[in-house]
Amino acid sequence: MPPPGGQPVVDVALQGTPVSQPAVRERVRVLTKLRVTDTAFHLITRAAAIGVLIILGGVILSLFSGALPALREFGLSFVTEQRWNPVTEKFGALAPIYGTVVTSFIAMAIAVPLGLLITLFLTELCPMWLRRPIGIAIELLAGIPSIIYGIWGLFVFAPFLQRTLQPALIDLFGPIPILSDVFAGPPYGIGMLTAGLILAIMVLPFITSVSRDVFEAVPPVLKEAAYGLGCTTYEVVRYVVLPYTRVGVIGGVMLGLGRALGETMAVTFVIGNAHRISSSVLAPGTTISATIANEFTEAVGDLYTSALIALGLILFVITFIVLAAARYLLLRIERRIG
Amino acid sequence: MTDTTQRRGLPDQPGRVRTPMGLYQRRHLRNQIVIGLSFGATGIGLGWLAVILGTLLFEGVSGLSLKVFTETTPPPGADGGLLNPIVGSLIMTVLAIFIGTPIGILAGTYMAEYGRFSRLTQVVRFINDILLSAPSIVVGLFIYEVMVAPMGHFSGIAGAVALAVLVIPVVVRTTEDMLSLVPKELREAASALGMPLAYVIGKVSYRAARAGIITGILLAVARISGETAPLLFTALNHQFFADFPYLNAPMASLPVVIFQFALSPYHEWQSLAWTGALIITMTVLALSITARALASSRKVA
Repeated sequence: MPPPGGQPVVDVALQGTPVSQPAVRERVRVLTKLRVTDTAFHLITRAAAIGVLIILGGVILSLFSGALPALREFGLSFVTEQRWNPVTEKFGALAPIYGTVVTSFIAMAIAVPLGLLITLFLTELCPMWLRRPIGIAIELLAGIPSIIYGIWGLFVFAPFLQRTLQPALIDLFGPIPILSDVFAGPPYGIGMLTAGLILAIMVLPFITSVSRDVFEAVPPVLKEAAYGLGCTTYEVVRYVVLPYTRVGVIGGVMLGLGRALGETMAVTFVIGNAHRISSSVLAPGTTISATIANEFTEAVGDLYTSALIALGLILFVITFIVLAAARYLLLRIERRIG
Repeated sequence: MTDTTQRRGLPDQPGRVRTPMGLYQRRHLRNQIVIGLSFGATGIGLGWLAVILGTLLFEGVSGLSLKVFTETTPPPGADGGLLNPIVGSLIMTVLAIFIGTPIGILAGTYMAEYGRFSRLTQVVRFINDILLSAPSIVVGLFIYEVMVAPMGHFSGIAGAVALAVLVIPVVVRTTEDMLSLVPKELREAASALGMPLAYVIGKVSYRAARAGIITGILLAVARISGETAPLLFTALNHQFFADFPYLNAPMASLPVVIFQFALSPYHEWQSLAWTGALIITMTVLALSITARALASSRKVA
């Protein structure tokens, strides 16, 4: 309500010009509407945030309840037994667990050094104008759907390895006692090594992008001081950047590991799906996720389905621990840098 | 070793070093080797991307024709296209975005605006980051347990819900990040005018963060459009168009059809799988490049 013609506001107030009844009602109505909207919006957003927690809780609960029949039937022997026989309904998860661990280990052994070297290139060596395009190109590797890695791995990469790398490895390590077991057997092309190599490419972008972020957060003064002492690029990275960012790099590695453990489609194509534990990395094997993907829709019988869901539960628990550790480490370095 | 030699190898202690020149050369050599390796590693990374994309183009383009988009998937040994999986993928992706995005944006809003420093936000952020990289096959099992098993059959709607579960963490994360970047002075100015918080968020924060939030949605689309594992036991597959009502029946999707066709012994199916792979990859890459461009234009402005 505009004050009546030119009078000072105080005078108007003191005169106590009666406010009309409808105006009061109007004002109360608007204010109530605002308050209700605000409270409602607050509650809705809060509910959505809690919804995220419920999803996680639902995943854990539903997996647990689905896995219960198998866990009750086999108990602890589920994770220590190797046999996996749908006909006699005897299930043990040791072979898929072993395959998951081995393929992830191969992937990390290759992706970590490769990722750190790429990060070194991107943060120290690469000319400024090239950093963005190359960085994006590396990150695009993470954008390619995993099924594409699978089809490419099966039709292009596995035959290539069968012709070149695998015979070379067998010849090279054949005479050496222990390593000859690790690289034994005919070169199938598909197998745990192939799966590990493809996983390495897939997790590479995660390691690179996290370590790039933390490398770039190193205070320039520290690096400049080291360069000023005459350190070489390698020495600066090895003795200044890496110690400073160690926690963050480990966090990035764990993040990559979490991906490698749970990766499904790419592995399913090239692992060979054999339920056995073989000392040779060239032999076909299976992983937890590949087993589920391959057998779930064909699983007949409640116990079979339940055993597969129990596999999923194991996978989820393992990745949950790895990812939680990764987040914790990354949070720590974030606090220190920020 | 280098540690001590470097520290002690000063000119006034020449005895500790074999020869000053030797140390110098050794350090130089090591540096050269590492630099060489790092160029090599980058070359490997880029080369790998090029090889994969090159293979896809080489194998996929030959099968690319109008028929791919107008005919349904063929029986073994016959000609056909990818119409029903493409349509199925589109339907499920759109549905998943419609289900997942509002929840994600609202949750992200709570974390950045109402409860920025609350305990709930910290917990949700932690859990959300874990869901972000949790294995997608586990999500498939989850939806199988809560939707497919009770309903008694596979369905397109279960597939869409599974994808929505994957959409939520991506959108939550980007929404929270983008809203946190909105300068607090903007909010203070609006609050000083007497706006309740809900209106400040709607009329100020959302507008300022719009480009970022859209980027998040695009990234989410890119993520789910290539997902296979969660669809395997939710939407399954369907040789033809699903019977009406579509959503309540098994539904074909591009990734699952690629999976099935690529592992089949039939040449026609394999070549269709390559074509489908090319379509998916190009879509996903285009989406993520657009998202990046959007995000960077916002940073510059």
